[in-house]
Amino acid sequence: MLIVTCIKQVPDTTQVRVDPVTGTLIREGVPFIINPYDTHALEEGLRLKEKYGFRVAVISMGPPNTEITLKKAIALGADEAVLLSDRAFGGADTLATSQVLSEAIRRLGQKEEVAIVICGRQTIDGDTAQVGPGIATRLGYSQLTLVDRIESVDLKAKKIRVRRRLEGRHEIVEAKLPAMIAVVKEINSLRYPTVPMRLMAEDSKATLWDNKIMGLNENTIGLKGSATQVRKIFSPQRTSGEIIGDGIKDPKEASRLLIERLIEKRALSI
Amino acid sequence: MLLNISTIVFAASITLFCWSCYGRFRLLLLGRPENRFNDVGKRIRGMIYYAFGQRCTVSHGYRFGWNHLVLFWSFMILLIANTEFLLEGLFPDFISFSLLPVSVYHPLAVLIEIASVLALLAVCIAMIRRLAFPPSYIEARSRDAFIILGLIALLMVAFFGLHASEIAQGSEEAASYMPISKFIASTVFSYVPSENMGGYISAFWWLHAIVLLGFLNYLPYSKHMHILTGIPNVFFRSLVKVNTQPREEFKKGNSFGVGKIDQFTWKGLIDSYSCTECGRCSDNCPATATGKLLNPRLVIHDIKVNLLKNGPLIAKKKDMVLPLIGGGEGSVSDEVLWACTTCGACMEVCPVFIEHVPRIVDMRRNLVEMNAKVPDELVSMFENMEQRSNPWGIVPGDRAKWAAEADVKPFETGKTEYLFYVGCFGAFDARSRKVSVAISRILNAAGISWGILGKDELCCGDSMRRLGNEFVFDRMALENIRIFKEKGITKIITECPHCYNTLKNDYRQYGLELEVIHHTEFISNMIKAGKLKLNAKDSGNVVFHDSCYLGRYNGIYDAPRNVIASVTGHAPIEMERRNDRSFCCGAGGGRMWMEENTGKRINVERVEEALKKDPGTICVCCPYCLTMFEDGLKAKKADARVQVLDLAEMVSGALK
Repeated sequence: MLIVTCIKQVPDTTQVRVDPVTGTLIREGVPFIINPYDTHALEEGLRLKEKYGFRVAVISMGPPNTEITLKKAIALGADEAVLLSDRAFGGADTLATSQVLSEAIRRLGQKEEVAIVICGRQTIDGDTAQVGPGIATRLGYSQLTLVDRIESVDLKAKKIRVRRRLEGRHEIVEAKLPAMIAVVKEINSLRYPTVPMRLMAEDSKATLWDNKIMGLNENTIGLKGSATQVRKIFSPQRTSGEIIGDGIKDPKEASRLLIERLIEKRALSI
Repeated sequence: MLLNISTIVFAASITLFCWSCYGRFRLLLLGRPENRFNDVGKRIRGMIYYAFGQRCTVSHGYRFGWNHLVLFWSFMILLIANTEFLLEGLFPDFISFSLLPVSVYHPLAVLIEIASVLALLAVCIAMIRRLAFPPSYIEARSRDAFIILGLIALLMVAFFGLHASEIAQGSEEAASYMPISKFIASTVFSYVPSENMGGYISAFWWLHAIVLLGFLNYLPYSKHMHILTGIPNVFFRSLVKVNTQPREEFKKGNSFGVGKIDQFTWKGLIDSYSCTECGRCSDNCPATATGKLLNPRLVIHDIKVNLLKNGPLIAKKKDMVLPLIGGGEGSVSDEVLWACTTCGACMEVCPVFIEHVPRIVDMRRNLVEMNAKVPDELVSMFENMEQRSNPWGIVPGDRAKWAAEADVKPFETGKTEYLFYVGCFGAFDARSRKVSVAISRILNAAGISWGILGKDELCCGDSMRRLGNEFVFDRMALENIRIFKEKGITKIITECPHCYNTLKNDYRQYGLELEVIHHTEFISNMIKAGKLKLNAKDSGNVVFHDSCYLGRYNGIYDAPRNVIASVTGHAPIEMERRNDRSFCCGAGGGRMWMEENTGKRINVERVEEALKKDPGTICVCCPYCLTMFEDGLKAKKADARVQVLDLAEMVSGALK
């Protein structure tokens, strides 16, 4: 039985700036990282592997350098890595992305039955949280989002029971397998790779699937297959607010001014 | 007939002793190779000074070391007497002191008498000390200790009994050179007719023989093994300060760190045999002092127990029964390993030069590199280090932000002489950024050519190395070295003693010889050279705290004190624990990035010690110490009346 974890290599968004003139992202010199939510998805896959004896495959759609990220997943304990890379996949929105990913999962499923697909709840660059549900819909899998705990997996009955983290409450849900679960960061704490595994991973290779292998209709993938078009990217101008005092040079004075202002505005009272 | 039996007994006992020693020695060969035979002349000189001169036992104000010195030298003399006794036992008709010329025998007899009395006295003092006022840091009343002390005392009693009865019988021609034995003969044995003395003689002789042979055969199985291995261990000591860790080769198929006893080097193993259980390491360990599970003496003890248990099995190629890392006697727990601040106080005071810290880091390496058994808080820190080259994961582009508040230029290849290597704290930490600004003012005042790397500066990797993440450290070191070479950087001034030690001592292993200067040294040199003009003014009570990585690791004690004297007009106030016995702030060895949940907080302990001196200012030279002291003062609610300043801030404030 196979667990497929979907991961994405994203620019470290805290280091990305928007060029105010052209309105595009300045990606130069910005390092790529595994989407933080996806690291938890992978971790959960590895935990299920240890508990139930699944095999873990990790897939990612992206440019060829995504292989670095996939190797990291192998160093952490993934059994197999598939890189979905083709120029035709580029510029995809969530609709087109989920098309490629679900086709890849289907192909993996031809060799070995897929029990669970695990995704992070969202990416830090797109922040849509749509790809996971998209995969579930396309594959007809049970869709379990915002999962913060996997209660149990019953392979005989083909059932999974999870806890969903909602606003102010939890929800325990049972669903049929195969299922797609999208996890929140709180689901687990990450492991660290051992050095022998890292050295092994450095020599490993991800399987490359381009569209020749995948054979998807070009109109359903990449920019062409995308329903959304990015018109403009910009940093919203701050319309209100002010910086009070100098918190670095004189934090005491800054906090005094701040309190004074809050009292003035009747946000605080003595 | 009596002598025949004795020959057999002696031969059997000595064979057994040799066999035991061989068994112990053989286990050492299980260790990995390590060259400790370089510079033999220096090693011998050190052995004479530290072991035979007992410099190491009387050091650091341990007054009872003098008792050991007396016992040691008595033993050295009695070694001659007892060797004679053993050989005489084996070959009764051929070997005896009485066969020596009188001019040698008589002085020797006097010497042995004196040594025996001194040994007896020393043993009595040791016993009284253990019974009446046992020191807190050792298991003073251990069975082992009393067995050995008892055996030595009994040996001395038998010695005097034997000689006194020989004198009473009239068979000892050198009687007048044995004043004490003679006195006993004339008092205790005065009522026994000389023809009856034969029985006493053989009784004391046998007592002496049995105790001596028993002592000999007990040695290899007790803590007094150090009598055999202590001196060699001093010979094999590290000739340089133990301020770095060995490199590892990251090749597929290699094992990393130490997770099994035979993965230590043989020196790591003989260290464990040499422990005298004097407890000085525990007495000085900040973790032990604040109720952590770590006790450096027990770490070494556990290594020994593990070796004795697993060693014979490894030799027979059988499976080991006791894990090295785990817990319980003979096994070191994860918690113990993570508790170490690598401050080096244990190694500083160890009389037989045991290297505790590298052993602990070796085992940390195993946890991190082979098993990825890492406390949760370190996982994110490791990731941050790898991805953003700083422990907090702050955007690398922010590294130069502090410089907006100072007059700073970038380092230019071929033009700039000194690189000011700011370090992660100096660049990112709000409090330490003020120190960076102070240092830049001083550098400008000194009129030297200097610059910074700004956002291109990377973390030196000190914490990674001490935490056992050698794999990532190795990459960070290689990357830094590439940058230094590419930019032609050869002279570096650091803000942090940890950067200082890493750039200076760790990177040397990569064939990079840099001129690294800590700002403390730099300021001291500039004041001496007259390049920094200061307005000396009394700044109230200034207490100085030694940073471990500056002091113990690199021997810098005077520079900061001289600078304080130049700034304030008088020497700083000293805490009780200072210089090479300074007490760690609690942040070294990667402890800065870990929770401290067990026992008392180390920084609070240290702050309490400083507060006893009623300071207005606590002066430090390290961003870790700065943070730990400020936190400690807040915990003691003393932060309003006591300020913590880096030395550079004191100097910057006094610049003319």
